[in-house]
Amino acid sequence: MSFRVIDRADPGNPWFSWDYVQSNSDTILAALREHAWLTAQAVLIAALVAIPLAVLAYWFRSLTGPILALSGVLYTIPSLALFAFAAPYLGTGTATVLLGLVLYALLLIIRNSLAGLNQVPAEVRDAAQGMGYGRFARLLRIDLPLALPGIFTGLRLATVSTVALVTVGVLVGHGGLGQLILGGFRNNFFKAEIMTGTILCVVLALVLDLILAGLGRLLTPWARRRGAAG
Amino acid sequence: MNPIDQAVTWINDPLNWTNPGGILDRLVEHLGISAAAVALGCLVAWPLGLWLGHTGRGGGAVVLVSNLTLAIPTIALLTILPLTALGFGKPPVIIALAVFAVPPLLANAYTGIRQVDPEVRDAARGMGLSGGQLLRRVELPLAVPYLAAGFRTAAVQVVATAALASFVNGGGLGQIISAGFGLGISAGGGQILAGGLLVALLALVVEVIFAGLERIVTPRPLRRTRRRVARQADQRAAAAITGS
Repeated sequence: MSFRVIDRADPGNPWFSWDYVQSNSDTILAALREHAWLTAQAVLIAALVAIPLAVLAYWFRSLTGPILALSGVLYTIPSLALFAFAAPYLGTGTATVLLGLVLYALLLIIRNSLAGLNQVPAEVRDAAQGMGYGRFARLLRIDLPLALPGIFTGLRLATVSTVALVTVGVLVGHGGLGQLILGGFRNNFFKAEIMTGTILCVVLALVLDLILAGLGRLLTPWARRRGAAG
Repeated sequence: MNPIDQAVTWINDPLNWTNPGGILDRLVEHLGISAAAVALGCLVAWPLGLWLGHTGRGGGAVVLVSNLTLAIPTIALLTILPLTALGFGKPPVIIALAVFAVPPLLANAYTGIRQVDPEVRDAARGMGLSGGQLLRRVELPLAVPYLAAGFRTAAVQVVATAALASFVNGGGLGQIISAGFGLGISAGGGQILAGGLLVALLALVVEVIFAGLERIVTPRPLRRTRRRVARQADQRAAAAITGS
């Protein structure tokens, strides 16, 4: 409780300071870069695992239950516990953080991709079948393009929650902007450092979300046209 | 000795359970913080969600709240709140966790009321029920399964996130993992693994208990369709969150 006294009595500890940002721009940029890089890697790997799993669940109905249940269990396990499981084996490097992030992002992408695939109209599937499309050709040229809105919903949810989750990586020393947030807390409750990390984190999440939303719009021009007509 | 053997040894040492700051202490702390956070979340989110659902307004606000809280790192709130007027101790931790319990509680309360069949609502109005009576006697009972689903999601999430309180020395089972990292991987590997196991196990147990509770409060005829409806609602919510 003595901390509170220090905090109240210290007028030189503002919530935000340009001075801090300018004199520590190298550290801040390095943290931001690590954060963005970890997020991009995690979402990319998660997508590469999750989308094929969603396709499997779409093709073979009997696999839907087990795939969703398994990813649901992985999602329920707290991120801290995932890091704790990985750390004794992978050490305190980015690999540990990455594994936790990927396992956590899986469910969001699988569930939304599957929902997108299941929304492909039955008539369209029948028509494709009638035109002689095989299973893979239909997947690549009919099912996946039509499922893009669902897939992008999953990617966006996964990206936003991964950005927030990277901060937990401070546990093993690779938390991106989390390093600033917790570093500021441990460095005599340096509010400016904490706030800078937090703001950049939220901004990064919003920017990545907007980029993915834009990409989704670019890739599904038909949805936009329909939206404009309706 | 490999980390798994170390973890087994650590967890089998009775002193690690009963010592001050041992597993039992931390478990009680963890459950106390989580229960307070979920209770606080319910106190705020349920009345608001029910009222918004009843008036049919504020769907956009519900989505906005979910979006914003998804982007805020838990650690940020855990470190910022103690530096405000709240001061150090349990209250800032509880409030930080409650913030993350609000979106599922709010969204489910809102959806629960909105999904009530408009004809049922009309019939109730026609029978002369006032707005408050309609909410209390018709909408609320029909929304109970949704409220239970939101409660389960919130409870699991809070129990999982409460492990992060250890970053600011806030107590709970996460403290065991942090202490393990403090010892270093080679010496504390077993403790880290054991702590992770305890945290994961607790989250899964809470999930199973509340899933059972959700089933019990859902009337039997609704159970099969409810699952389908819930899946659709999930998809709609996911679509709504990203605005697609």
